[in-house]
Amino acid sequence: MSSEKLIFEKGHPGRHTFVLPAMDVREEPLEALIPAEYVRAEAAPLPEVSEIEVVRHYTHLSQRNFGVDSGFYPLGSCTMKYNSKINEDMAALPGFARLHPLQDESMTQGAIQLLFELEGYLAEIAGMKRVTLQPAAGAHGEITGLMIIKAYHEQRGEGHRNVVLIPDGAHGTNPASATLANYTTVELKTDKRGGVDLASLEEVLKAHKGQIAALMMTNPNTLGLFDENIVEIAKRVHDEGGQLYYDGANANAILGIARPGDMGFDVVHFNLHKTCSTPHGGGGPGAGPIGVAEHLVPFLPGPLPAYNERDGYSWRDAGPLSIGRVRAFHGNFLILVRAYTYIRTYGPDGLRHVSDSAVLNANYLMRALQDVYDLPFDRTCMHEFVLSASRQKKLGVQALDIAKRLLDFGMYAPTVYFPLIVPEAMMIEPTETETRETLDEFIAVMRRIAREAAEEPEVIHEAPHDTVVGRLDQTRAARQPDLRWRPGADHNKTTREPATVS
Amino acid sequence: MSYVPNTTEEQREMLRSISAKSIEDLLAPIPKAVRLKRPLNLPAAEPERDVRRTLTALAEQNADLDHFVSFLGAGSYEHYVPSAVPHLVKRSEFYTSYTPYQPEVSQGMLQATYEFQTMVCQITGMDVANASLYDGATAVVEAALLAVGPNGTGEVLVSRALDPQYRATLQTYAHARGFTLREVELEGGVTSLGALEKALGPETRAVVVQHPNFFGSLEDVRAIERIVHATRALFVVAITEPASLGALEPPGAYGADIVVAEGQSLGNAQGYGGPALGLFATREEFVRRLPGRLVGRTIDNRGQDGYVLTLQTREQHIRRERATSNICTNQALLAVAASVYLATLGKQGFAELSAQCLRRAHYAQRRICAIPGFAPLFNQPYFDEFVVKTPLPPAEINTALRDLGIVGGYDLSRDYPELGDALLFCVTETRTREEIETLAAALEEIVGGEHE
Repeated sequence: MSSEKLIFEKGHPGRHTFVLPAMDVREEPLEALIPAEYVRAEAAPLPEVSEIEVVRHYTHLSQRNFGVDSGFYPLGSCTMKYNSKINEDMAALPGFARLHPLQDESMTQGAIQLLFELEGYLAEIAGMKRVTLQPAAGAHGEITGLMIIKAYHEQRGEGHRNVVLIPDGAHGTNPASATLANYTTVELKTDKRGGVDLASLEEVLKAHKGQIAALMMTNPNTLGLFDENIVEIAKRVHDEGGQLYYDGANANAILGIARPGDMGFDVVHFNLHKTCSTPHGGGGPGAGPIGVAEHLVPFLPGPLPAYNERDGYSWRDAGPLSIGRVRAFHGNFLILVRAYTYIRTYGPDGLRHVSDSAVLNANYLMRALQDVYDLPFDRTCMHEFVLSASRQKKLGVQALDIAKRLLDFGMYAPTVYFPLIVPEAMMIEPTETETRETLDEFIAVMRRIAREAAEEPEVIHEAPHDTVVGRLDQTRAARQPDLRWRPGADHNKTTREPATVS
Repeated sequence: MSYVPNTTEEQREMLRSISAKSIEDLLAPIPKAVRLKRPLNLPAAEPERDVRRTLTALAEQNADLDHFVSFLGAGSYEHYVPSAVPHLVKRSEFYTSYTPYQPEVSQGMLQATYEFQTMVCQITGMDVANASLYDGATAVVEAALLAVGPNGTGEVLVSRALDPQYRATLQTYAHARGFTLREVELEGGVTSLGALEKALGPETRAVVVQHPNFFGSLEDVRAIERIVHATRALFVVAITEPASLGALEPPGAYGADIVVAEGQSLGNAQGYGGPALGLFATREEFVRRLPGRLVGRTIDNRGQDGYVLTLQTREQHIRRERATSNICTNQALLAVAASVYLATLGKQGFAELSAQCLRRAHYAQRRICAIPGFAPLFNQPYFDEFVVKTPLPPAEINTALRDLGIVGGYDLSRDYPELGDALLFCVTETRTREEIETLAAALEEIVGGEHE
């Protein structure tokens, strides 16, 4: 497929698409209405294209993009499950989409009711007392949760607690969020079974006695393993006065099976774009609501939805201990509508079946691949697992090469080089919505690539072969940043030899 | 209803192939003590037909803007969205994809984002823009975080005419990060230049001014720029209504260091406030301190142009605790919508859109202020929002308007009690002259008794 020109390189001066309504009020010159120095001197140099050009341009771009609807997407930790179409239709209902966030409560009873009920559903799933739906993403939930924990310690006169413990396998957002909340992070080691190393925990708790603000944890963790010592870990951290934060990235493994609240966690975030199948949208929008245990409820951001029989649904301002707002308005409402639709579709038994099936699919893949790739932690996994391409690396083929080769077979790649504690990591999460045939096909392709690594590694090195572009020069992108189009700029033409990309 | 495809029989075979007796076997690593011993207490599953009915019933309890005529803005704006926008955004190759970690199969989203970054630069007049942030409020936070730097200390000044929800959001983060936030007082509905000059000090890292401000008024941005840049502070311009940029001089032309905006106006649904689209643009020199994702153009091993996520060493998955921001996503799909919208309007259409908003708002303001008892609260130039002093409590007026199928203006009494009875009206290109007349007639009727 030939390349797609930029939209700025298409069209013709004066061409345009959209016709605004005719003016039915007097067309005074703008200078008669506002002082001339405010009036834009030169029109923004936006594209000048017809509607069919716009439609074909973005249609072509979409054809150069791979989504869950295109094929298998085993991107670990991202839970790329099928996004049911009813969710999209419900979010597009005018009663939701065409609603202003500041309309009076009397005009938005259905919207507040939906949020009120969704809050309850999420609290039940997580085993938490209350939920705020404001955070826009998982990382936004993290910082919100940490600010709540901070406010809690401050209120108890323990604002000096400044250490957040984070396992070495954690998502990168965890330490970044902790820094943003002005915390110092201390890393916990992973033990031989893939869980938090209790001796390391003990040591750290002792070294930072009286300073522990929180432990952030994913369970199942980023190796896809459930930490069997969770009750003990929670107890030790609580005994030292710390709070437990649950990174919900991997919640797809535990719906109806176990609840973070029952494991001892005080704060939980959800990634509704993972667990509740709201689409990932090419990187967003998602939603990252957080739930908290009873003692943290007063610190939640406000306002919160409320209900009573006399007045119906309303927004209640947060109390005096609240951390305050973490964004404008009520959260990513249209994403929350999709999550609500998802939960109503599945019900309690259905959600349980989701997690059961996700766990089964992951174990099925893991067992079928562990003889050709290294499996650093040979245990029953939960909804995902991590293989290592160390064996292939000795043959000169790296995890990245394997990822690229997969693309030739119409499949997306696993998450690679994460978690950092596994060399040449390939993190694979099939999700519950894949058929056995798809899983078998993935197994066959992965086994074939392992064979190629031994027999014809150059095929892998040159991969992908069948995509619209080949491997891209990342170094060049970072060294000579070209982050926008400019008229007349002959950006790449000067040194236009193919990149040598490893 | 379920989207799990494998039958019980297939699942049994799969279990057998991995030598497990049951799924329960696979759950053995989860200690009994933390297992949930009952089903979740949630409504029972519903087939698609019933789910649709449930949701439709909820949606129909809302007074949506297909059925109500709205004069409400204050941070969320009604603009006509051409049909091409939702049709293209609903291409499922876009919406079911994730962050383009594998650029070879994600060129569509990457190129669309590169074009989005370009269009944000074109409308703001800035050098570089990122791939977007959560919303306008958190974009202001990210601007402040960039300004206070890795130590997170110092002071940020915000105009009191910055959206109250944005100020509240910034306050939350300022407390957690450890920098100080101070408000600059207003004078006649705009930021007081005298107060700003006095407030600026050696610890001031940034000054945040909204333009047009929360009251719709145009700030004296050139004078503010001179005052701010007499110090070492950064001049941050926040925009909640980017439709203004077709008619107003762009921040790049008056010396802004950072421009942050809420991009909902650009082709995205109001959606009861979310999802939203944070825009972030700045000058070349800050490129390596930008928060969030960035797409760059490069070449591939076949000599073709291609696009990648770039400058990722700023980001959390590599830098972890030393990242410039904890944000690891963007509002990609909303950015695509904004790009389609701007391309559809085009150079000429965007300027026209903006001019229409401005003219219709001025028509409405004159019409409303001609009603006895109503008067402009401020004597300032404005874009598509304006504040009107009302002869009755705003809540009373809005309740009466609601019963006539009209969503009234924003009641300022809660956020700005010092202003007395005042409504902030918004008029975009969506309001016809007839609708404006209907509003005026309704207002006359509502306050009629008061002035006879």
